Amino acid sequence: MLRHSFLILAVTVGLASMPAMAAEDTLPPHAPAAGWPQAGAFGTYDRASLQRGFQVYKQVCSLCHSLKLLAYRDLTDLGFSEAEVKAIAAEATIHDGPNDNGDMFDRPGRPSDFFVSPFPNDQAARAANAGALPPDLSLMAKARHGGESYIYSLLSGFGQTPPAGETIPSGMNYNPYFPGHQIAMPPPLRDDAVAYADGTKATVEQEAKDVAQFLAWAAEPKMEVRKQTGLKVVLFLIVFAGIMYGVKRKVWSKLP
Amino acid sequence: MASSERVNFKNPVIKWVDERLPLFSLMHKEYAAFPTPKNFNYLWNFGALAMFMLVAMIATGVFLAMYYTPSTDHAFNSVERIMRDVNWGWMIRYIHMNGASMFFIAVYVHIFRGIYYGSYKKPRELLWILGVIILLLMMATAFMGYVLPWGQMSFWGATVITNLFSAIPLVGDKIVTWLWGGFSVDNPTLNRFYALHYLLPFVIFAVVFLHVAALHISGSNNPTGIDPKSAKDTVPFHPYYTAKDCFGLTVFLIFYALVVFYAPNALGDPDNYIPANPMVTPAHIVPEWYFLPFYAILRSFVWDIHIPFTHVVLISSKLGGVILMFGAVAMLLILPWLDKSPVRSAMFRPLYKKLFWVFVVACLVLGYIGGKPPEQPYVFIGQIATFVYFAFS
Repeated sequence: MLRHSFLILAVTVGLASMPAMAAEDTLPPHAPAAGWPQAGAFGTYDRASLQRGFQVYKQVCSLCHSLKLLAYRDLTDLGFSEAEVKAIAAEATIHDGPNDNGDMFDRPGRPSDFFVSPFPNDQAARAANAGALPPDLSLMAKARHGGESYIYSLLSGFGQTPPAGETIPSGMNYNPYFPGHQIAMPPPLRDDAVAYADGTKATVEQEAKDVAQFLAWAAEPKMEVRKQTGLKVVLFLIVFAGIMYGVKRKVWSKLP
Repeated sequence: MASSERVNFKNPVIKWVDERLPLFSLMHKEYAAFPTPKNFNYLWNFGALAMFMLVAMIATGVFLAMYYTPSTDHAFNSVERIMRDVNWGWMIRYIHMNGASMFFIAVYVHIFRGIYYGSYKKPRELLWILGVIILLLMMATAFMGYVLPWGQMSFWGATVITNLFSAIPLVGDKIVTWLWGGFSVDNPTLNRFYALHYLLPFVIFAVVFLHVAALHISGSNNPTGIDPKSAKDTVPFHPYYTAKDCFGLTVFLIFYALVVFYAPNALGDPDNYIPANPMVTPAHIVPEWYFLPFYAILRSFVWDIHIPFTHVVLISSKLGGVILMFGAVAMLLILPWLDKSPVRSAMFRPLYKKLFWVFVVACLVLGYIGGKPPEQPYVFIGQIATFVYFAFS
């Protein structure tokens, strides 16, 4: 009887494993053609790409999106010198206080400050964006399936025409990578939106790639240390396992 | 302990301590000289691996607790501070987060070993019951631990599971309000989950002590299920099983290290990197993988049971699911009395062996179903697998 149930189970599982295709399915995210430099067990971030991505964030994204979990001092990881980081921080205005008179005051940023948000609170952000809340980007590369590939696909996936039967209400934008195919964010990137400091040609695809890598770093700044430590740990353990196996064999050979 | 059982230690310091508190003699009796069957396979390693994981989780947990803030305003950001600014914080956090998964892997293999080889049968019934109690405590600890980072999945998983208690007739809603400390999952809930999450591992530690003590009364089972007849069938635990367990532990650690250092978020849900928002429900609320089979059983009960010919609901589908879900663990608890065969090990029970593997497949199918949305045909498959799970008993 159980064997019979098992058979029914197997057949049903087999039938169920055929995927259901629906027009509403989001497109799976894809990595750029050259792949990600940080992928794989030995991957590292591309510092030049990170700096370009930071420039894209600063000049385009930071107008609406906050990066609250990062501090300006974290930017030394990108290859900036301390002086450059001080200068970047000083460009921001921090609302601080109270001073000894009890008043709040504005001052230029310091490396120890966290990134300044474009809006003082969520309600102000919604009011400025037709009711939609631009999410904080500090963890975006870990908070979505597909990570930085999702960010890259989303940003370079604007501008397509929706298929017949899908109507996009006014105020929304069509993007097949976003669940539901409509996103409130208008296409943020265009060719030459940024003039790259290192002279790289700023196509939408390049900007999307660089900012996605920057956000991957922002979500996981310790990735490279993690992989380096992992290499040392795993190599040690493999050698140690070999030694322990030898010990085990020697001990067990003593059996009468 | 009778003084005649004391070991004669050469080191004068150890001898001095041992005369006053025979800890060293105890350790020698229970972990060095202890006669252990010599035919263990590597499945017998997993109890020791589980003990190692308990110690690892307590150690990493204590260090995390030094930086974590159990308040809804600060919990998420305090965890991110550990990941970014605390020296080696990312490593301690990933070890703790993935350690829960490794702990459950070790314990599930350990349990399946017990079911296959009849380790729950006389005289080890109490040992088995203590083990199931450890499993229940582990499940409670893991559930509360997952709530602590206060991500979307933390909050909504807590909401779903605490709401289950409202299925209890008459007093359900009051119990849920009492558990929450309010009218929804909020700051009091987070605070008490933190307190209990810190406490329960030490309760687990105590029950593990009883579990090992009970084992040392009956002695270990072995793959044949046949009791050792003489000293020729056993070896002292040290050095034979200390060496073998160390090797097994190292292999286990290689796998653990690969996960922690190269795929630390593979077993988790990206939604938990979004701060908890009571106003936004995730598209799919899914528990961690080790709870998926129970989640599938919970969702497979879709009928209300009425008093015949009336609209009065005797057992709602919610209550039915809850009963089945706890029943799945309760079934483990009474296993020594469900299976009365005098033959212990599946090595000599060909029909039981086949049914066992059917049971394993049912558990894996339930795990897969638990991760899927509660739509057809997943619901139907889940119901069949639930039936098979209980039919196994």
